[in-house]
Parts: sequence; structure tokens; C-alpha cells
Amino acid sequence: MQLIPCPWCGPREEAEFHYGGQAHVAYPRDPSALSDEEWARYVFFRENPSGPFAERWSHSAGCRRWFNAVRDTRTHDLLAVYRAGEPMPEVTA
Amino acid sequence: MTSTDQPPGAHLPEPPDFLWDNPEPKASYDVVVVGGGGHGLATAYYLAKVHGITNVAVLEKGWLAGGNMARNTTIIRSNYLWDESSGIYEHSLKLWEGLEDDLGYPILFDQRGVLNLAHSLQDVRDSVRRVNANRLNGIDAEWVDPAGVKEICPIVNTSPDVRHPVLGATYQPRAGIAKHDHVAWGYARAAHAMGVDLIQNCEVTGLETLQGRITAVRTSRGRIAAGKVALCAAGHSSVLAKMVGLRLPLASHPLQALVSELLEPVHPTVVMSNAVHVYVSQAHKGELVMGAGIDSYNGYGQRGSFHVVEEQMAAALELFPVFARAHLLRTWAGIVDVSPDASPIVGLTPVGGLYLNCGWGTGGFKATPGVGDCFAHTVANDKPHPYNEPFTLERFTTGALVDEHGAAAVAH
Repeated sequence: MQLIPCPWCGPREEAEFHYGGQAHVAYPRDPSALSDEEWARYVFFRENPSGPFAERWSHSAGCRRWFNAVRDTRTHDLLAVYRAGEPMPEVTA
Repeated sequence: MTSTDQPPGAHLPEPPDFLWDNPEPKASYDVVVVGGGGHGLATAYYLAKVHGITNVAVLEKGWLAGGNMARNTTIIRSNYLWDESSGIYEHSLKLWEGLEDDLGYPILFDQRGVLNLAHSLQDVRDSVRRVNANRLNGIDAEWVDPAGVKEICPIVNTSPDVRHPVLGATYQPRAGIAKHDHVAWGYARAAHAMGVDLIQNCEVTGLETLQGRITAVRTSRGRIAAGKVALCAAGHSSVLAKMVGLRLPLASHPLQALVSELLEPVHPTVVMSNAVHVYVSQAHKGELVMGAGIDSYNGYGQRGSFHVVEEQMAAALELFPVFARAHLLRTWAGIVDVSPDASPIVGLTPVGGLYLNCGWGTGGFKATPGVGDCFAHTVANDKPHPYNEPFTLERFTTGALVDEHGAAAVAH
């Protein structure tokens, strides 16, 4: 069981959290202007790196707030945790 | 089937002798297959056997069949809902049925049947719908009530007094299991005999293209020129595709499984449950092999979360109270490449001579012969086989998805 450091509640067990996939995926600015190809990119295509990955988590059994984390997908090490709306910090894997 | 008058494992074939060489990679090949698991080995085998393309290398970064091929729960079935999936999985099942003779090698394919349990009224309706769909596609399937479940697998708890009672199940009698190592060895041996080079400890570090066409792979053992490159790297497909700037609609997740100590034969079939989430069979030697769901997060670490195993064990014990005192022997995780519609991506890419076989998620093992055959056809002819034609990368743009979340039997 991993401990995930919720930015509001501190370290809590992984089972309290819900995973939200890649972070910083912005809703299209002008949705009606998108081609099918661009919609497909927005809806279905995500980064899937072997290494540091910026992703969203919700502390669903705690404060119920969403936040972002940079996690190394090879080791599961959480390299940074930051609040939604904040820019992704620089990390070294 | 296992005979009860022998100790567990006594009917297994002897461990294999030497089955292939470890050649140095040549400077170039007609086809380089990336990934030496079941899919890669089967693809190479059918390239050589069906299409006469033998100047082929299979590159494996670790050891042959040491990735997901060594980490799955070996379940084989074709009871998928949609015509597209039925096509390729049933094609595969038919090849499984003749594979031992085809390869001239024991793979211990055992058609002991699979039960997919239903625990709610909606489960029941979905299951009956799937049985009807299967039958329309010529696939053996039946709906059995709780008494029927008990008859097929007496150790399932069919009491109505549990939290998620068994309300019935779909049953596919032709489904079963095979011995995964032997499947890989059988393909490797047969491919090697036709001239395919099986190159282990050879990690692909780059893909070279010229004017939109693949020309070579760069590896930890040097550069290898390639007329065509066929990707069969499951969980690492995104990493490879990115080498040519190709983004894939995939997420790689750990999928956990575990085995118990060796037990006498107690479990005659395969039992799967989506709702409480466990799937169980008894291996040829006697271990109970149990699969879980995927871990929610992306990961490449080949280990998963303890709480997933805990939930899986809780489900197993509710369904099979008889397992309560079995000891857990070991747990592991494989990295599965999950696509948004729980269906594979098999076919051409925007890069000439580069072919994609990925997105099998949690269900790749059962597809091994079928996808090997169809993917070899795709690579040899530069166009998809009819069975993998629906599984293009373009379907995520056109919207022609093949949504098999309901039949995948693993929540993902």
C-alpha cells in the first residue's frame, strides 16, 4: 500500500484515492472548430510514458478534492504533489 | 483432464530440451518482430510457415516469453459480444484446438470450459444477451442457472445468502487453459526450425525511418536494418511507437495475479466473475491461479497494489469458501496496454512498413494463435486480414469502436 501525500490532508493510504489519469489535458478552446482527428486526440489519446507522468488524483475518501502529482510510472515514486491550477513543478526522476 | 489416481503434475511432459539457438543479430532482416512473447513468436511462426518469410528476427529485451506471457492466467475463450471480437477470438480458439499437432509440441490445451458468473439482474440480462450473440456467431455458449453452476463446478458457493449471490452464469464448454511456457516454447522451436532468429537480451532503443518508411531498428546490440517492423510489445507499445512520433490511445497498467500452493484437483473448470472480480482456475500442477483487476494508475513497474489483491481474495473466498485455508504462494503483475474500447489495435500505421499489434489489455493470451496468424498476414501483404480489419488505429477517429468492456471480464 502506497502513502500518497494529499496536499490538504497529508499522507494517506492509496485506497483512499481515486485515479484520474493524465493531468493538464485542457478542454478545447473552440470545440466547434475541431476536426474529427482533433476530437479523437482530445478524447482518447493520452501520454503513457515509462517515467515521470503528471496525473490527477482525487482524495475521494478524505477531503474529496482533486490535485495533481508527478509520479514515476516505473517505480511509483511520487516526485511532486501540487494543487489543481498550479503549474507542473520541475522534477528529476 | 487431470487423472485423480496420479499425484499432481505427474501427467506433465518432461521439461524441454534445447529448443533454439542464441544467434548474433544479423545486419538486416526482411522483418523484425519486436517482442519475444506469445504474440511476437506466433507472428514470426506464421510469417515463416504461411507466407514463406523466414529472414525474420524476433527481438526480446529480456528472455523469451518472460514478460506478460509468464504473468497471465492462461484462460482461453471466445465468448465476446460483438461480431468483430467474436471473429478474431473464435479464429484463435479454432487454431488453439489444432495447435499441438501444428507445432508438434505439447501445450496442454485443456478445454475444461469457462463459467462467467452473473450476480445481479443486469448481469443476468447482459449474460443472456451475450450467449445469444455468441450463438448467432456459431460460438458454443449456454446460460446455466445456479444449480447448473453447482453441477459444473461443485465448489462454487451458490447460496442465496451471500452479498453477491450467484444468479447463474454463461458457460462456454470449448474454453479452457493451456500451459503458457509450452505455448511459447512450441512457437519458438517451430519458428527457429524454419530459420527465424530469436534474439534475447536485445532491447530496441530507436526506430529509424526514411521518407516516411521504416528502415532499421536501433538496439542494445547494435543497429539492425529492417524491411518491415512488427511491434508486439504489449505494455511497452506506447514507448516504442513514440520513437517514430506515433501517439497511441493506450494506458499501461499493472495487472496482478497470484497462485496458491499445490492442491489436489478441486476445481474442474474456469470461473470468472466481473462483479466481485476474480477469475480462478487450477493449473495442471495443482496451483489455484487467480487473476485480479488492473491497478487504476498507469505503471510499468511490474508490481501492483496490495489492496487489489485483498479485494480479489475477498471475492475468491466468498465464491469458494473451500479455499479459506489455502496458502498464497506468490503474486506478480504484468503490464497491460489498455485501449479506450477494451479492444486491440492491430494493423498498419502512418509509417510505411511499421505494423502495430497492441491494446490487448488483459486479454492477449487467448488471442495468441489468432493474432499471430492475422498479424503475419497483415505484415506479409501490407494490408489487414479480414479478422483484424475492424481493429484499426483509425477507429478512434471514425468512431467505429468495438466496445468490449462487458466481455473483457476484467474491469478496465
